[in-house]
Amino acid sequence: MNSKKSLLAEEILKRLDIYLDVEFTFYHNEKHAEILADLPLTQQQYILAWVQRTASTHHELGYQFMVHIVDILKEIDSKTIEAWALHAMDAYDVKGLYPALEVIRNVNNFLQLSHEKEAGAVLEDESAVLLHFVHGLSGRKLKLEEAEQPYTDTETIFLPALVAQLENKKENFKLYKVMVAYCWAQARFGTYRINLDDEVKKSKHPEKFIALFHAVETLRLEHCLARELPGLYRQLCEIKSKLDNSLLDSQWQAINIQLGAKESTVNDTLRIVNEYLTKLEPFTPYCYQGLLKPELTAKVIQDRIDDEKKQLKNILRKLQDEFDEGKETASPQKIKSKERFDLKDIKEHNSEQDFTVELTLDGQPIAPPDNAKNLMSSILQDLGKIPDDYLVAAGDGEYDPDFFEEKEQDPDEVWKGIYHEDGAFLYNEWDFKRQNYRKNWCAVREKAVKPIYDNFVSNTMSKHRKLIKHLRKTFEAMRDDNKLLKRQTNGDEIDIDAYVEALADTSDGSEMTERLYMQMQRHERNIAVCFMVDMSGSTKGWINDAEREALILLCESLESLGDRYAIYGFSGMARKRCEIYTIKEFDDFYDDEVKARISGIEPKDYTRMGFAIRHLNKKLLDVEAKTRILITISDGKPDDYDSYRGEYGIEDTRRALVETRREGIHPYCITIDSTAKDYLPHMYGAAAYTVIDEIRELPLKVSDIYRRLTT
Amino acid sequence: MQVQAKKTEEYFIKNEPFYQPVADEIQIFEAAYQQKLPVLLKGPTGCGKTRFMEHMAWRLKKPLITVSCHDDLTASDLVGRYLIQGGNTIWVDGPLARAVRTGAICYLDEIVEARKDTMVVIHPLADDRRVLPMEKLGEILEADNDFCLSISYNPGYQSVLKDLKQSTRQRFVALEFDYPSAELETAIIAKETGIEKEVAANLVKFANMTRNLKGSGLEEGASTRLLVHAAKLMHIGIVPTTACHSAISQALTDDNDMLIAVNELCSSVF
Repeated sequence: MNSKKSLLAEEILKRLDIYLDVEFTFYHNEKHAEILADLPLTQQQYILAWVQRTASTHHELGYQFMVHIVDILKEIDSKTIEAWALHAMDAYDVKGLYPALEVIRNVNNFLQLSHEKEAGAVLEDESAVLLHFVHGLSGRKLKLEEAEQPYTDTETIFLPALVAQLENKKENFKLYKVMVAYCWAQARFGTYRINLDDEVKKSKHPEKFIALFHAVETLRLEHCLARELPGLYRQLCEIKSKLDNSLLDSQWQAINIQLGAKESTVNDTLRIVNEYLTKLEPFTPYCYQGLLKPELTAKVIQDRIDDEKKQLKNILRKLQDEFDEGKETASPQKIKSKERFDLKDIKEHNSEQDFTVELTLDGQPIAPPDNAKNLMSSILQDLGKIPDDYLVAAGDGEYDPDFFEEKEQDPDEVWKGIYHEDGAFLYNEWDFKRQNYRKNWCAVREKAVKPIYDNFVSNTMSKHRKLIKHLRKTFEAMRDDNKLLKRQTNGDEIDIDAYVEALADTSDGSEMTERLYMQMQRHERNIAVCFMVDMSGSTKGWINDAEREALILLCESLESLGDRYAIYGFSGMARKRCEIYTIKEFDDFYDDEVKARISGIEPKDYTRMGFAIRHLNKKLLDVEAKTRILITISDGKPDDYDSYRGEYGIEDTRRALVETRREGIHPYCITIDSTAKDYLPHMYGAAAYTVIDEIRELPLKVSDIYRRLTT
Repeated sequence: MQVQAKKTEEYFIKNEPFYQPVADEIQIFEAAYQQKLPVLLKGPTGCGKTRFMEHMAWRLKKPLITVSCHDDLTASDLVGRYLIQGGNTIWVDGPLARAVRTGAICYLDEIVEARKDTMVVIHPLADDRRVLPMEKLGEILEADNDFCLSISYNPGYQSVLKDLKQSTRQRFVALEFDYPSAELETAIIAKETGIEKEVAANLVKFANMTRNLKGSGLEEGASTRLLVHAAKLMHIGIVPTTACHSAISQALTDDNDMLIAVNELCSSVF
């Protein structure tokens, strides 16, 4: 039974010294090793494993973890230990070493928080539902973000990361919902339709002013909510009865009654506030009330108003142009007159009505596109009406066709300014030492390959003329055409052969068969394939040439086959600069531009593979197909500038491929690395890769492999 | 109880199907009918296209032959085919041929779902020729004066595969349908199901919330038809939130987060 015995202090020390790299870090582990030596073996192993995992992130983190774990071991269960360690490592990933150490040191804080989390609602978990919820409520599509206190700037609703005032998760979620609805009501029922910021600044007692305004406006919005969302209002009252002193004194009650009128607006609130500014104290804020940030909001609104005016005018211009195109003989007077657009209010607007109006052009009603509808509703929310000068189509000077292009950030721009992750896709990455994901670790951007119009394509075509002919033939043969199924129980036409036989059968007394019809059955190859091409620096030279030639041949073959395919290159440098190069998207035709892009493929930086696989998985899943295949063409191991090399890179790639298969996509790898047999089976599985010894054969082989793969 | 089976071309709608006109669609349809023009109904699912056809069939006192198109619908399914009976083959008209012969209204529902080759058989019927070539018989069938062709199509499916070809769509007089305005929809639901106006108004409010979610998580918002279902359940005493949950939320989505959010929206309204 020796094996069940606990480890001795020396053995533990030896291991700790290795994990924490004492040779360089000079930690003193003796004392802790002795404490650990008293524990049973399973617990020792458990702790050592976690020290190793945390130390793989940072030695200091591992060390501090060990120091603290021995103190609190008795108090917490293993699940909490794991959560604690992972939380610390996540903090390290996001904020760096010191915040992570803070998590480790403040273990008690973490414990308390985790108890709260058990009963509380966590924004991270609930945000998906809350976001759908707020989008469902009418009006501008608000965003959700995290902040200390709930508030809104009329574009984003900020919510605390955790709500735990009430006894259980369900109740706390309700509180979240009420917070969201209250913030939505501010945007929807025009809290900011007056310039609150100016009012505050004008006031002699700005702080008092804003507190009182907030209190009065809260009462008004409660009335709005009660009318608009009675079910929610009931829940709001329920929560208030638990957390707040919801009884108003007589003075407040009188105000409350005033605000209950259906037509009361923010101006009434303002009037009351000015009237009572010195006479009345605001009541204790309700639990869902949060903050008002007039200054911040004023800026957001001003930016939006300017932007939306411009946008609307541009859209109207486009509408007008389209309208005029339809009838060429638009009378010249009309073109001169500026006010061609008009609004026909279906009803008088007040805050209760939906924000819909009918737009007319030259007196005729026209249906505005969805974006214009949203825009007008947003403008109505801000201003309560659409001013006349908004309804003049943009003149030539203002007209900016770029408005209709989707605004996408140029990936290169990001690097010119201060670094940020705006507009990038974020993907997790697997850290095998930690046995967990590093969250949102890779910032991935899509870039376009610069097309090069040279004679590479035509050269390749003439060089491989015979091969292409051969490939086309074989690929055409793979095309499944419609099949005529004979002897069916039903179908479009009578199967004469079957019928003759059947008649013969009946004449000698056998039973007549029912299978007398022919049916045309359609066969569709429903395959979508995505090629992921290594564009790392190591492909420079003839590997790159071979890759490009292979792609040309492949495209020629696939065009004759009719499968849907896309081609992307990948490369990058470190985790913040992962790049996917678009060569051909699924919807692109194989035209001169695509050919020029293939010709323009050039070696870039390093081979980080995990992010590319994850990103292309997503692309593949967006395509409707029965079979989805992801084929990687590479020249070596995953490898990047930072720690992404050796086992780490291989393990992350393997993990990404596991995800691929879990989604029902078939991964396959074609490589020219002769040592690939050492690691590819581990990543792709024994049968899902091919090593090509001779680079010159790549163009031929790729098409050939594809043919074998899909038949 | 006696169940009567009638041939589709002999089946006339006796009672007026309730239809609330939104604009001048009834007049346009009647005019098109008089002028022997085929009609295309565009609009999202459950906004009343089929009900409109029933109403028009009743109004014009013509039988309505409805074919719900599916992706295996072949031309023979519409035109007809030979069948074997005993030792002989007999020709059996398809629903379209029957309508053409007898002068009925033929309504091809969700035409884009049908196979591409199927759609072209309606072309000669949908222009001034008004004939149906029956290749297998070697005959050309001239349409009865009363015959009317109408098709429906939901432009909301933004799949390239489910688009109506220009050569098809440019033969039709198009009528656009959309969900009616809030008041009209409220009135329709109240009339159709007998629930109180206030409840109906809340239902419509809830429906508009789900329509706001179209594109950001939902493929389609709740249709008028779903509202009618929910209202019918409520009318016989099912609690509103439960009725909406079963008749609307679950019908709209399988996504769990979305389901919770839709239910929360529902419970906010009621």
